[in-house]
Amino acid sequence: MINSSLKQLGQQLAGKQVSSVELTQAYLQRMAQLNPTINAYVTIDEDKTLAQAKAADARIAAGDFGPLTGIPLAQKDIFCAKGWRTTCSSKMLENFISPYDAHVISQFDAAGAVNLGKTNMDEFAMGSSNETSYFGGVKNPWDFDRVPGGSSGGSAAAVAARLCAAATGTDTGGSIRQPASLCGFTGLKPTYGLVSRYGMIAFASSLDQAGPMAKSAEDCALMLNVMAGFDERDSTSVNREKEDYTRGLAAMQGEQPLKGLRIGLPKEYFAEGLNAEVAKVIETAIAEYKKLGAEIVDISLPNNNLSIPVYYVLAPAEASSNLSRYDGVRYGHRAAEYNDLLDMYMKSRAEGFGAEVKRRILIGTYVLSAGYYDAYYLKAQQIRRLIAQDFVEAFKHCDVIMGPAAPSTAFKAGEKTSDPVAMYLEDLYTIAVNLAGLPGMSIPAGFAQSSDGKALPVGLQLIGNYFDEARMLEIGHAYQQVTDWHTRMPEGIA
Amino acid sequence: MQWEVVIGLETHVQLQTRSKQFSGASTTYGAEPNTQACEVSIALPGVLPVLNKKAVECAIKFGLAIDAEMAPRSVFSRKNYFYPDLPKGYQISQFELPVVGKGKMTIQVPAGKNTEAYEKVINITRAHLEEDAGKSVHGAVEGMSGIDLNRAGTPLLEIVTEPDMRSAAEAVAYAKKLHELVQWIGICDGNMQEGSFRCDVNVSVRPKGTEKFGTRREIKNLNSFKFMQQAIEYETQWQIETLEDGGTIQQATVLFNPDTGETRAMRTKEEANDYRYFPDPDLLPLEVTEADKARVKADMPELPQALQARFISEYQLSSYDASTLTASRAQADYFVAVVNAGAEPKQAANWVMGALSAKLNAEEKAIADSPVSAAQLSALLKRIADNTISNNAAKQVFEGLWAGEGEVDAIIEAKGLKQVSDTGAIEAIINEVLAANQAMVEEFRAGKEKAFNALVGQCMKASKGKANPAQVNELLKKALG
Repeated sequence: MINSSLKQLGQQLAGKQVSSVELTQAYLQRMAQLNPTINAYVTIDEDKTLAQAKAADARIAAGDFGPLTGIPLAQKDIFCAKGWRTTCSSKMLENFISPYDAHVISQFDAAGAVNLGKTNMDEFAMGSSNETSYFGGVKNPWDFDRVPGGSSGGSAAAVAARLCAAATGTDTGGSIRQPASLCGFTGLKPTYGLVSRYGMIAFASSLDQAGPMAKSAEDCALMLNVMAGFDERDSTSVNREKEDYTRGLAAMQGEQPLKGLRIGLPKEYFAEGLNAEVAKVIETAIAEYKKLGAEIVDISLPNNNLSIPVYYVLAPAEASSNLSRYDGVRYGHRAAEYNDLLDMYMKSRAEGFGAEVKRRILIGTYVLSAGYYDAYYLKAQQIRRLIAQDFVEAFKHCDVIMGPAAPSTAFKAGEKTSDPVAMYLEDLYTIAVNLAGLPGMSIPAGFAQSSDGKALPVGLQLIGNYFDEARMLEIGHAYQQVTDWHTRMPEGIA
Repeated sequence: MQWEVVIGLETHVQLQTRSKQFSGASTTYGAEPNTQACEVSIALPGVLPVLNKKAVECAIKFGLAIDAEMAPRSVFSRKNYFYPDLPKGYQISQFELPVVGKGKMTIQVPAGKNTEAYEKVINITRAHLEEDAGKSVHGAVEGMSGIDLNRAGTPLLEIVTEPDMRSAAEAVAYAKKLHELVQWIGICDGNMQEGSFRCDVNVSVRPKGTEKFGTRREIKNLNSFKFMQQAIEYETQWQIETLEDGGTIQQATVLFNPDTGETRAMRTKEEANDYRYFPDPDLLPLEVTEADKARVKADMPELPQALQARFISEYQLSSYDASTLTASRAQADYFVAVVNAGAEPKQAANWVMGALSAKLNAEEKAIADSPVSAAQLSALLKRIADNTISNNAAKQVFEGLWAGEGEVDAIIEAKGLKQVSDTGAIEAIINEVLAANQAMVEEFRAGKEKAFNALVGQCMKASKGKANPAQVNELLKKALG
């Protein structure tokens, strides 16, 4: 059952072969058994969870239900959920109980989904290994010595270890796609503006986007059906008609369902920096797509090498301002002792934030300062437009862009913590997508041997044009009809 | 040396909207602390701002009222600084691209001790939308400071002038004119006690005849015209004396203390914040189209300057009367109502600016709350015009109307104020008076003009004030040959 798709679970619930309470209890049991080791969840509240499961069963009994009613999901602890502790994995919000629901949470509530708990993450979503979490690192279910990626590391490990049916994540520079690659599942970062950011704790507002993390493209489509939609409380939410992201999946059968699809391969994604083993897996996956009828087009994203420096100006700039509200005045951590107001601010923030968060606040404050603004922030905004223009050019020649989601497989815990720049390079293939506001997806494409002989998952990244999620999910689904990478489970967790 | 003061104003006008600039929380004044602070006002993690459309309309109205340039696209920025009553750690404001650009206002500077009244054009640099901060409350709980976030996020329009004013009188005249205008177009309630209209005044001095501006100091948060006058006068004198004593002025923010009448520096430029402005990524640029402007314009009342011109051309009022009557929209509306009900415009103007104004001032009443309605005043003026009562008697009727003693004709009847216009009756009175005042008649005949007035007075007295004075004059002249 733990390897069932959302569709299968939905059918079993609708057919009363299993109740939501039974299903939920099965997951809670697995969590009790495995979470102490994996540390995927930072907050578990069985009473609340089971109350939701009971309510879902009542809805099913009354015939008032949808595809996700009664299905147990994990929520990244970046989404405010009423009555739940919502921490962003920071000491700053260690004891913050949210009095309101994020848009994403209320959408899932309305759909009747069950919240299994809040998942671990890099502190304020700043990191690529989940090691900046105040609540400790998360183990990669494929190898407990390795990181799950980040920042949505808890959700990633929960999906990979089958500690939930599916999960939510957020992606500012790769935080859904890189962990999906490192943990071997399907993760989608939608077009900026497709999913409301209301109630999603801000890291870098112009880049943050919530998305589904699940076993398959089909599961992601069902999740996105609930998450996407206009919300007037988010001024950057795009007002467009609701879509059914599953509508084209059934057609992805038979010979060459992707006939005529043009796949663009950016030369910059296969250059220096890409692990050779990973490259092989990606090439094999591309070959599979040719068999499905796609043709390959060589393209270029000439400014991709600038995306990391641009990101590390813009994201910290926005973050330095977004995180100013954590001042110890109204909620969150406040130092026990202080001499005056300034001392209270300084001590509360010094104690409440971890090293990576402080580093980014410092960078952001610096680049926005009088005398530096033009050279850093303004220049970065100009280059951001060039990066977006690269994609506009590229999509004149292809329908979807493919390449690796991460330069290597999961690395060992502690391996990159002392070298922030090495950590930042983890997002070499994902960040430009956020800067352009495009949708990106990572799907399991096979395994690569690590130097110590471990077989570790590799993700294939798909980048689509704006609001092309439905097509991307079809392309992912077509591949998952002829491969079984997405059904593989780590040993020892079954 | 002769000195010249140079003054520019920044005014924070609280916009009359039901909800806050970026959230649905109420803006009603005076509620229990923190009862009008929603999740956005408190700046909980994850909340986002949504621009209040009504506030944008207010800004457009103001732009139209001062005939300003309005950019099709303006941008909201974050002004970053830490303060306990600033919940987000930044204020959402407009920095590089404000919603309202350059415009103009014509002010009337009243006559002073040695100066005539005059008009002057003040250039407006810009007006931008922003949100207010909350309030720190000290000492409500012993040894503690409290924060009230009811006001946090209240919509403001900050209106900035060029350094165009050259005296405290000009600054006050501008502030009064602006105060009047924002109420006129219905974007602000003008309540200065509640902080709906607050001025920051930039003051510098320079030797008269020189071009270069002196170093300015900014007097913060003046919420009364009287204090503004006092503060500018004190500050100007202080700067002149400092310079004459060989000192220098440091750029600074100062506060005015109404108890001592002095200004005192709060912080100098060196201590000023670097606000790290940058465009707010949570808000899209604000687009104002020609269609938006046309829609707002259709909804706007006739502006004071247009109404003044109309009063002059249509009613043949003097420029002075026209500008006085349009000092407030309520007064102008009242005046128009009196005229529309049939009164002669010049007479209506005199009564509205004279007796009615005096009585309202004496009893500290707004014209909207006047016990004498425009219709009643018009009816009263009709009775003067048709010679039913004299001007003097009209004043008594007005008092009666004010006291609620009934309608005009009933009061005239009850008080017996009807004017005597019957020639026979008046001639009889004249004959009696002439007979009883032979000495005066002699004096008049000897060429003393004053004696005539005294005789008129005697006739009026004899009629108990009811005789028509014009008729008395005429008939008396006849009687005296």
